[in-house]
Amino acid sequence: MGKKLLLEKAHVPGIRNYDVYRREGGYRAVEKALKTMSPDQVTEEVKKSGLRGRGGAGFPAGMKWSFLAKPEGVPRYLVCNADESEPGTFKDRYLMEFIPHLLVEGLIVASYALGSNRTFIYIRGEYAWIVDILEQAIAEAKNNGWLGKNILGSGFDCEIYVQRGAGAYICGEETALIESLEGKRGNPRIKPPFPAVKGLWDCPTVVNNVETIAAVVPIMNITGEEYAKIGVGKSTGTKLISACGNINKPGVYEIDMTISVEEFIYSEEYCGGIAQGKRLKACIPGGSSVPILPANLLLKTAKGENRMMNYESLSDGGFATGTMMGSGGFIVLDEDQCVVRHTLTLARFYRHESCGQCSPCREGTGWMEKILKNIEYGKGKKSDIDLLWDIQRKIEGNTICPLGDAAAWPVAAAIRHFRDEFEWHVQYPNAAQNRNYGLAHYADPLPVVAAPKA
Amino acid sequence: MAQFSAEKLAKVNEIIARYPQGKQKSALIPVLHIAQEEFGGWLSAETMDYVASILKIEPIEVYEVATFYSMYNLKPVGKYVFEVCQTGPCMLNGSDDIIEYIKSKLGIKVGETTADGLFTLKTVECLGACGYAPMMQIGKHYREHLTKQKVDAIIDECERNAVTNN
Repeated sequence: MGKKLLLEKAHVPGIRNYDVYRREGGYRAVEKALKTMSPDQVTEEVKKSGLRGRGGAGFPAGMKWSFLAKPEGVPRYLVCNADESEPGTFKDRYLMEFIPHLLVEGLIVASYALGSNRTFIYIRGEYAWIVDILEQAIAEAKNNGWLGKNILGSGFDCEIYVQRGAGAYICGEETALIESLEGKRGNPRIKPPFPAVKGLWDCPTVVNNVETIAAVVPIMNITGEEYAKIGVGKSTGTKLISACGNINKPGVYEIDMTISVEEFIYSEEYCGGIAQGKRLKACIPGGSSVPILPANLLLKTAKGENRMMNYESLSDGGFATGTMMGSGGFIVLDEDQCVVRHTLTLARFYRHESCGQCSPCREGTGWMEKILKNIEYGKGKKSDIDLLWDIQRKIEGNTICPLGDAAAWPVAAAIRHFRDEFEWHVQYPNAAQNRNYGLAHYADPLPVVAAPKA
Repeated sequence: MAQFSAEKLAKVNEIIARYPQGKQKSALIPVLHIAQEEFGGWLSAETMDYVASILKIEPIEVYEVATFYSMYNLKPVGKYVFEVCQTGPCMLNGSDDIIEYIKSKLGIKVGETTADGLFTLKTVECLGACGYAPMMQIGKHYREHLTKQKVDAIIDECERNAVTNN
């Protein structure tokens, strides 16, 4: 059983309410920070913890905080990114729905460290009912003196507001999120200047993911040093993984990044194996943007080592044979799934979500969807596969924000590892309409992996 | 034309007060949500102009936002809008079948509204319910782990509620 820092109390009855949360030790982190530490000491503690941004990019959170410009007389802002929209990712929703005070507590500590007197939670518009849950938690915190003026006599004032988006994946990109918060279309900004210098209303701003902010609470409680001892290498602390697709037990799991991918998929503690006794074909382990891997490369690196559930091991081998931790959206495909069709749904997603600012992304995502649709529906040509490869290559790296890369990578990885499945669609269009390709040669022979003994 | 009730107007002013002086445009997206709820589930040009006047911004600033975000309806919709997710993880769990089933059951295509004005069917991209797939959103809430039986029950429930509320 791995260590739980975020979800340890998530199943305590009534934990959504202030009284229960407080009784279980809640808001100790705020007491510690505001009564015994300076804002810079809090930032130092987060730096020591090695916490990496949990939204997908994995950038060290403490470092991000220390970049925040602090000109005299200019307000600074903390914005919490709750625009969770990466296909396969539903971990922030779980945190906010079941243990909202953890986020509120983390936000108060982080706001204190950064000097944000007005902090915003930008939440995706579809999570409408979670807005109510968060606003209730904020009101409870305020009624009990954790928010408002001169909190705990520290002289620090803070208010937290929840702002709903209205359906746009791009608003998860931090500068698009800021634009949206200013009441505009979610078009990402050209950087520099970075938000740390010029963010919300042109003021210095830090944007952090929900899980990142929540992790500040245990860091305060156990110290950064202790937090850094959990996990392995630069993958410190615990990570929430939202597992979905063809597995027996989809859901949100907290892992300490020392377990193997094989254990995560097959053990009863986590995914519980592939649904309906089928075999594992492929997996996208970090949200739809990261490369898909066939079963053999997923479970073992190209060097033949066990692949582990952490930042370094998942990216071992680069994009040629590895993938990424990303947002922790773990999507599993069984042997009956069609990689072309799955890639088509992702291409459609990115075409739908492209903001339209940069031509390579706006045009390229549309072309990729069209070509994939042709291949999937038996109207593809062999040259289409190369054309698809060419288009994704021309999007990657040529756009203002990472959505272009995010759209290109899944297509590239699908062709890289499953080219024969694309070719089969082109060669046998009728067969492709009636059945799936099944396990490809690279996923065979794969013995049915037994769950490791606990 | 229609205007916000005193209660909604108070809510709008409360939202505007969250931002620094002169940054009331930041309230645009939340206020458009309120407007859509209040004025029949969609945003007419008239409604958007009204929101512009409240926030003291140009109408074009409202149009460009309303057309960008997928949750705003720019034409009338049915009383119940079924927004069925069709992205990867839902597809792996049979969302294609669910969409086909709803189409045949309601006798409409994606994007259409039933003749009685009760149901609109939309397909949407990932709503963050991948572990509880297949799913759809109806109004404020998610309906997850969908099966054909569950869809039947939901449609019955909507029809019953529509009768009671009339």
